[in-house]
Amino acid sequence: SVNGEWRSSKVSTGTTIIAVTYDGGVVIGSDSRASMGGEYVSSRVINKVVQVHDKIFCCMAGSLADAQAVTNAVIHQLSFHSMQMGEPPLVQSAASIMRSFCYNHRDELSAGFIVAGWDSKRGPQVFQVSLGGMVLEQEFTIAGSGSTYIYGYVDAKFKPGMTREECLTFTTNALSLAMDRDNVSGGVVHLAIVTEKEAEKQLIPGNKLPVIQSLE
Amino acid sequence: MSSIGTGYDLSASTFSPDGRVFQVEYAMKAVENSSTAIGIRCKDGVVFGVEKLVLSKLYEAGSNKRIFNIDRHVGMAVAGLLADARSLSEVAREEASNFRSNYGHDIPLKHLSDRVAMYVHAYTLYSAMRPFGCSFILGSHDEDDGPQLYMVDPSGISYGYWGCAIGKAKQAAKTEIEKLQMKEMTCRELVKEVAKIIYIVHDEVKDKTFELELSWVGEVTKGRHELVPKDIKEEAEKYAKESLEEEDDSDEDNM
Repeated sequence: SVNGEWRSSKVSTGTTIIAVTYDGGVVIGSDSRASMGGEYVSSRVINKVVQVHDKIFCCMAGSLADAQAVTNAVIHQLSFHSMQMGEPPLVQSAASIMRSFCYNHRDELSAGFIVAGWDSKRGPQVFQVSLGGMVLEQEFTIAGSGSTYIYGYVDAKFKPGMTREECLTFTTNALSLAMDRDNVSGGVVHLAIVTEKEAEKQLIPGNKLPVIQSLE
Repeated sequence: MSSIGTGYDLSASTFSPDGRVFQVEYAMKAVENSSTAIGIRCKDGVVFGVEKLVLSKLYEAGSNKRIFNIDRHVGMAVAGLLADARSLSEVAREEASNFRSNYGHDIPLKHLSDRVAMYVHAYTLYSAMRPFGCSFILGSHDEDDGPQLYMVDPSGISYGYWGCAIGKAKQAAKTEIEKLQMKEMTCRELVKEVAKIIYIVHDEVKDKTFELELSWVGEVTKGRHELVPKDIKEEAEKYAKESLEEEDDSDEDNM
């Protein structure tokens, strides 16, 4: 638009976020673009994959300010809860805490999340905590504006019980495809891979992303 | 008996010169005046037994229960002032329910026990309120942590146990409990032993009739805390009565 209306709009993380369980762990990924009004890229390198505990991560989508406020509150509550329990928290607990913030403040907030990680009780898990506070556990999930472009791809290509390599390929392909088509997703790919042993973070720069010529 | 407080026992907010809080100790006396309750943890669950004295023939059978359900998987057996115990069971229920609401899963028993113990402890700090005059035993079973048993007393301390007893015959009951190899027993075997212990410690002379309350939680109930079914309870009571008769007989032989 001519008058630069983007200047008065909030910073959103028009986003693509994804989390996928595989045999023995979970891969969590996001793009890195923060935009204003769909026109101005306010940052091309933000990390939307936030570590809320040793083995639990959150992906942010929607209003960046709201998402950061909520994830900071979750980090605080989760660390207190984990210390009271004397053991690492369940992914289910992190999702519940996230949900209670999203639901109780639903009128003020405008952010959705994916909560994913590993715990000793139920292994790798992925939860989607959407805008109004719905929680849904799934084997994999995608969210954010860019996710609409890849529903077909992920529905066709996902299989349960993949190996770590297969899962990484699946996740990076999905993010690449979304970042190519969605104008408010882009930049680099941030990944976190969580297993029983460790939580590993990876970054794939834009020029190293898979270029998908054709789909079989 | 014990020393009279001489002015240091008037409120819970006062220590005595020898470092005791008399009000808390008096609260524990209230527990010792009540009839016995025991809880034993075994290989695959927890069993509770309560000697419920029947003070009047006009009472409806099964009234004034002393075993409560706190959550699906948690049971609580009490001794002491029953009204205080009922109030605490509500506190425990709220804690368990809020935990599930906030964190999405069953409350671990140690945490519940700590939370209720903290609540009980708060009432030992102020002169405006009296401490709770009851002790209680909490038990649960889940797939990951197995069977658990905790006891909370009026001072607000909580301990984990394999077997514990509260109430007037707690010493005698503890002696009997120590004879058991509970770590190798199953709930079905333990139910009979719990009934037997209650029958043994019941004082026929001082207290007249009593009702036995039996409940359990474990693999046998798929993790839910329930009253022991009627037929198993009858079998357990029969075993208890027969064991007592045998012991009486063997006493006569010695004479």
